[in-house]
Amino acid sequence: MNKHIISLLLENESGALSRVAGLFSARAYNIESLSVAPTDDATLSRMTIVTSGTDQIVEQIQKQLNKLVDVVKLVDLTESEHIARELMLAKVEAIGDARDEVKRLVDIFNGKVVDVTDTTYTVEITDTREKLDSFITSLSSIKIHEVVRSGAIGISSGENILAV
Amino acid sequence: MELTGAEIVVQSLIEEGVEHLFGYPGGAVLHIYDAIHQQEQLQHILVRHEQAATHAADGYARSTGKPGVVLVTSGPGATNAVTGIATAYMDSIPMVVLTGQVPRPLIGNDAFQEVDSVGITRPVVKHNFLVEDVKDLATIIKKAFYVATTGRPGPVVVDIPKDITAHKTEFSYPRDIKIRSYHPTTKGHSGQIKKAYELILEAKKPMIYTGGGVILSNASEELIKFTKLLGAPITNTLMGLGAYPANDKQFVGMLGMHGTYEANMAMHNSDVLIAIGARFDDRVTGNLEKFCPDARIVHVDIDPASISKNVTVDVPIVGDVKGVVIELNKLIEASDQRLEAAALSTWWQQIEEWRAQDCLKFNRDTGTIKPQFVVEQLHAVTEGNAFVTSDVGQHQMFAAQYYGFNKPRRWINSGGLGTMGFGLPAAIGVQIAHPGEQVACITGEGSIQMCIQELSTCLQYSTPVKIINLNNGFLGMVRQWQEFFYDRRYASSYVDALPDFVALAEAYGHIGIRIEKPEDVRQAIEDAFGKYKDRTVFLDFIIDKEENVYPMIPAGAGLNEMILV
Repeated sequence: MNKHIISLLLENESGALSRVAGLFSARAYNIESLSVAPTDDATLSRMTIVTSGTDQIVEQIQKQLNKLVDVVKLVDLTESEHIARELMLAKVEAIGDARDEVKRLVDIFNGKVVDVTDTTYTVEITDTREKLDSFITSLSSIKIHEVVRSGAIGISSGENILAV
Repeated sequence: MELTGAEIVVQSLIEEGVEHLFGYPGGAVLHIYDAIHQQEQLQHILVRHEQAATHAADGYARSTGKPGVVLVTSGPGATNAVTGIATAYMDSIPMVVLTGQVPRPLIGNDAFQEVDSVGITRPVVKHNFLVEDVKDLATIIKKAFYVATTGRPGPVVVDIPKDITAHKTEFSYPRDIKIRSYHPTTKGHSGQIKKAYELILEAKKPMIYTGGGVILSNASEELIKFTKLLGAPITNTLMGLGAYPANDKQFVGMLGMHGTYEANMAMHNSDVLIAIGARFDDRVTGNLEKFCPDARIVHVDIDPASISKNVTVDVPIVGDVKGVVIELNKLIEASDQRLEAAALSTWWQQIEEWRAQDCLKFNRDTGTIKPQFVVEQLHAVTEGNAFVTSDVGQHQMFAAQYYGFNKPRRWINSGGLGTMGFGLPAAIGVQIAHPGEQVACITGEGSIQMCIQELSTCLQYSTPVKIINLNNGFLGMVRQWQEFFYDRRYASSYVDALPDFVALAEAYGHIGIRIEKPEDVRQAIEDAFGKYKDRTVFLDFIIDKEENVYPMIPAGAGLNEMILV
C-alpha cells in the first residue's frame, strides 16, 4: 500500500468533479484528499488526489480516471520528483501561557497567526502533509478548537509540465 | 434556418442515420414527440415501459452494430430506463438515450417528474450530458453518438430540459467532432503485436479465448482466419458466441461457470492463452488464484482498463481487435513458422479425450420435455440461423450451450448485468432491425413476466417474434443453487400462481400454444415459424421441473474443478 499523488487536468464543467468522486466510491478506491480549482485556462480545472493502494490498484485508478471523458490529462506525481503542499487553518485556545507557546510553535513551523481574539489564535501554515501533522502533534497540551486542511496540491519538479 | 430544440433533436438523429427510435412520451418530451409526429424519416417505436425501450434499442444495436436510440421523459421515464442503460453499459453496447428534463428554471426545485438524471445514470454510462443552451444541442448530440460508438462502445445519456426543446436557434449539424479529452487507442502497438506473435509460436498448448469484443469489432472473419492459421482450439465467452462458428471442429464450446468440460480444461492446462476482446470476468475465470496456472497470456482489448484488471497478462495489446488480428494474421502468413506440429497434435489428442466426456449429454428418456431438447429443436427448425435473444437464468445457459451459433450478432443476451426482462423487448428491437428474419426469445416463466407488457408492442408493430418459454414453474437458476448449496430449501424460487400464458398471449392478440409432451415439441416450433410465420407466437413449454444446468463450476473453484452431470 503506497501513497500516490495523482494530478489531473479536467474539463471545467459541471459534473466533472462528481464523475471523479463517483468513480472512487463506485470502485471502492481509497481517497485521502482531493482538491480542485480552475487553472489559468478557465476551461480547465486542476485536481490533486491523494490515494493509496497496491501497485495493481493504483494502475487501475489511473486507467479508470483516464477513461472518464472529462479527464484531459493525468500524471502520478509520486512517480518522480515533485512538490506537494497543503494549507491548514487551525483555531486554537490562546489563554495565559498558551498565547506565547502557540506563537512560538507557529514561528518554528513558519506559519502565521492570522486572527486573534482574547481567547483564541487562528493559525495559517502551508507545508507538506507530514509537517502539518507534526504541528498538530506538537500543540500537545493546547486545546484545538477547529482544524481545516485543504488537502494536498502538487506539481512536478524541474521542467516537466502538465498542460494541454 | 432557425429550428426549435425539438426539431434540432429530430434533424440531428436523421443526420446520424437513425431510422428507428424506441421510446415513451411524457410531459418533458412533448415538444420532441410533436416534432417526430411531423416528419416521416424517423420511425418511433412505442414500447409499454421505458425499460423495454432501452432493451429494444439494445437488441437493435447488438444485431446491427448501429447505435440504439431511446427517447424517454423526465423523472420516472428516466429512472425506468436505468436498468436498460446499465445492461448496455456492462456489455459495451452503443446506445444514445435522450431523456427529457424539467425546464431549466425548475431544475433543483423538486419539480413534478424531476430527477437528477445525469447524476443517477453517471455510474452506468460511458458519458452523459445536460444540455444547458439550445445552441449546444446539435453538437452535444453529435458528441453523444461519437462517444457511444467509438473506442469501447457504451451508452451515452443526453438530458434535455423542456424549455430548450422550445427555444430556437440556427441549425447546422457538425460534420466532424473532436473532443480533446477523448482519444481511444484503436491501433495496436506493432512492437507488442510482434511480441505476441513470437510468444504464440512458442506454444505447445495454445488456447484462444475470445469475447464480445470480437463481435463489437466485427472481427469474426479475421478471427476465423487466425484460428485456422494456428490450428489451435478456440473457446468463446457467453458474450462472444457466434464470433467463431460453433459447428467447426476447432471450437470447444463456451467456457466459464457453465462452459464445456473441454473448454475449461483446455483453458486450465494451456501454456499460452490468447485472449481477444474478452475481459476475464469472474464467471469466466472462476477462482483467480487457480486460473490458468501454466499460461503466459496475450491480451488484446480496446480498453486499457480491462488489461491486467483481474489477471496480470504478459503481452498486453491495446487496440481495436479487428486491426490487431489482421496484423497478427499478416505476421503468421509472412513466415513459414507455425506451431510445433507434434506438440499441437498431442494437445489435440488431450482435448479430444476431454471432449469425449460429452459433458452436454442429458437424459432424453424421461418422458418429460427437456429444456435442452427444446433448444436443439429450435436450432434444427431455424437451421441455426435465427436471431436468438434470451433472458437470464437456466434457459439462458441452455440457449448458449445448445443452440450452436455459427454467425456473429445472432445471440443477444444480457451477459454482464444479467437482466431478467431483457429478452422480449430485445427481440422486438432485433425484429424491427431485421423484418424478414427469424427471431426467437428463449425465456422462462420468471423472466418473461418482467417485461410481458411488451406483447402489446409486438401487436402494434407486427413483430412476429417467437417466444420459447421454458416453463418449469421455478426460478430455475435460483432453485438450482438452492438445491446445491442451501440443502434444497427453495426460498421464494417457486413461482406460484402462474398465469395461463396461452390465454395471456391470446388476450394480447397473439397465438399461444402450450406444449406438454416431448413428441409435440418439434411440430409446435415448426408451426410457429411456418404456419404462424407472420404472427407473434408464445410457445409455453412445460418442461422438466428440476433439470439443472451442467457442467458447473461452483463458486471458489478453479476451471478444472467442474461438476459434471
